[in-house]
Amino acid sequence: MQPEFGQWAIFGLFTVFIIGGGIGTVSSRNLFHSALWLIISLFGVAGFFVLLAAPFLAAIQVLVYIGAIVILIIFAIMLTRRLMGLREAVNSQWLYGLIGALITFGVIALGLVLASSGNTPLLASQPLSDITGDSLRDLGVALVDLNQYVLPFIVASVLLEAAMVGAIVIAREDE
Amino acid sequence: MQPNEWLFIGIFLIVALILPAVPIFLAQLLNPKRPSKMKQEAYECGVETVGDAWVQFKVQYYLYALVFLIFDIEMLFLFPWAVAYNQLGLFALVMMAGFVGILGIALIYAWRKGALEWL
Amino acid sequence: MAEFLVSSGWNANLAQIVASVLGAVVLASFGLVWIIFSIWLERKFAGRVQDRLGPNRTGPYGLFQTFADVGKLLIKEDITPEGADKHIYNFAPILAVAGIIAIFAVIPFNHVWVGADLNVGVLYFVAVGSLATLAILLAGWSSNNKYALLGAFRAIAALVSYEVPMMLSLAVPVLLAGSMSMQDIVKGQSIAYIFVVPVSALIFFISQLAEVGRSPFDLIEAESEIIAGFNIEYSGMKFAMFYAAEFIHAFVICVLTAILFLGGWRGLGAGEPGYELFGFLMVMMKSVAVYALVMLIRNTLPRIRIDHMMAFNWKFLVPLSLVNLLVVMFLARPFVPDYAAAEAAVAAGGLAGLFGSIFGSGFIAELPRAVVLLVANVIMFAAATQLLHRYGETQRAKLGVKDVQPVRATAMASD
Repeated sequence: MQPEFGQWAIFGLFTVFIIGGGIGTVSSRNLFHSALWLIISLFGVAGFFVLLAAPFLAAIQVLVYIGAIVILIIFAIMLTRRLMGLREAVNSQWLYGLIGALITFGVIALGLVLASSGNTPLLASQPLSDITGDSLRDLGVALVDLNQYVLPFIVASVLLEAAMVGAIVIAREDE
Repeated sequence: MQPNEWLFIGIFLIVALILPAVPIFLAQLLNPKRPSKMKQEAYECGVETVGDAWVQFKVQYYLYALVFLIFDIEMLFLFPWAVAYNQLGLFALVMMAGFVGILGIALIYAWRKGALEWL
Repeated sequence: MAEFLVSSGWNANLAQIVASVLGAVVLASFGLVWIIFSIWLERKFAGRVQDRLGPNRTGPYGLFQTFADVGKLLIKEDITPEGADKHIYNFAPILAVAGIIAIFAVIPFNHVWVGADLNVGVLYFVAVGSLATLAILLAGWSSNNKYALLGAFRAIAALVSYEVPMMLSLAVPVLLAGSMSMQDIVKGQSIAYIFVVPVSALIFFISQLAEVGRSPFDLIEAESEIIAGFNIEYSGMKFAMFYAAEFIHAFVICVLTAILFLGGWRGLGAGEPGYELFGFLMVMMKSVAVYALVMLIRNTLPRIRIDHMMAFNWKFLVPLSLVNLLVVMFLARPFVPDYAAAEAAVAAGGLAGLFGSIFGSGFIAELPRAVVLLVANVIMFAAATQLLHRYGETQRAKLGVKDVQPVRATAMASD
């Protein structure tokens, strides 16, 4: 099935959300505004997931990123009094930031190109209409299946807990 | 997949944003506008405002948000599993019980460390 | 609708979009129109509880009171405080209402009337609910007022905390129905889940109550402590939007409880073809019944303190919902309803046939699981209340309060 004009238009809209939000995030002079721009960007990513027929990921995107991480960021901003009155849009580290961003982008782009080319591409492009069955249920089964992802799943949850322990220790220390 | 369902959601979100904007816009047309310096001051029980409103907050808020974040991510794993629940075997149940147990340990840790106290 | 437009010569895609827009407008307006009624209902109810008449001057039974209020709000001056972050300040009330109205998109009002039956419907409503949380943050921050910011932060901390037990208890109906679609959850309730997993229903209801910020959890807008909190600087129509958002939200949680735990549009033969309107009435009746409970709670319970609110959540509701999940997880698996077998048993006649003809085969299929889980839930509930009771006693002993007796109404009776 060829993507229709409507799909392209929606894709374009979400792209504008993501890129516009990203630019707003880095160029805003107010940290709180940066966090709000970030929300727009993350919302665009959620839209991409919907277009990719992955509604569960879209829901996660909104719930975890917008509902939790942005709020965490804003709470963190309110903890740091000094950063509130930031007046300059750039600081002395912008060059390193730019280089880092370009390298990251290059590596990801290269990886995607390599993975999707060649005789046996890792990322075979597949029309969305070919996806059959209940992907949500398959995910649920795979998460707790010994032959599939149960080990990464448990390791990930332990890792998350370690992150929480670390953060609590750091936050408690300054009392 | 049901692309039409999501199209409806998208349209619905836009409509939901427009609807509350309409009465606010109407009110802008109808209401009187007599701004004055006194009127526009921040309302703090009649006491004059001192300094910026953007004060520094306690670390406690951050801790709540953090514990919530951890729980939020881990809980989301529960949902696909719950959808597949009717076809899972005992092993999967035990795995998930272990997972919920890890969540419980996280809760107990945060509790013991006082991250859940409102100060 | 879309078929009709296509048959009259429209482009299929365009017809789809037009039908969606119309459906969305109707559904969203339903939410807004309903609050005009529900505000009247609530004021009338509060009046009766407090031994007053409530609004009774404008129209029959004061029915037009809300319209008069809207008229008044339209011509109120709208004050934007100095130093406010204007764009965010204006956007916050819109987002507050939009985030709540958006929940209506996935609510099944009967077996065909549903905006969009998403396969992640349950997560969808939690997700758009978090947009409303965001609106509180925006309002509090952009007002440039210490109380507003403080109120907003308190509110956010409380709201995100109560999301944890809410989602943990939400996993239970999903697990029982084997689907996250709201419609499938209703279809799975031949026996309403409140009779199967009452503890989950109760946790869900309490945490949703906290999400709305209704009494006893109304310290988000505690007048006496933070002078109304995040919406302190709002006036006129923008304030009304926060007010409206709260009322819609209060009703939405009732609808959600009715859908997820009270069987939604099912009951008394609703759900058969031709009974669409009856199904809708069923949902509304159940929702209004829950709403009556919400109003009663609002009018009778005092506000609890923020530290108590947080402690109640993290130290009682969250552990309880974790235990609840574990119990349901292990007990429900052997009794997964086999609808086909139940239908066959009913068709074969005998005792199963007799009951099946009265209650339907779905009831027979779900009965064993329901009985087992109900017994487990009752035990869990008893243990939890016992625990609370003990805790209360030790706390009272610590404070040196002796022998608390419930207030008797003897003085009233002797009047």
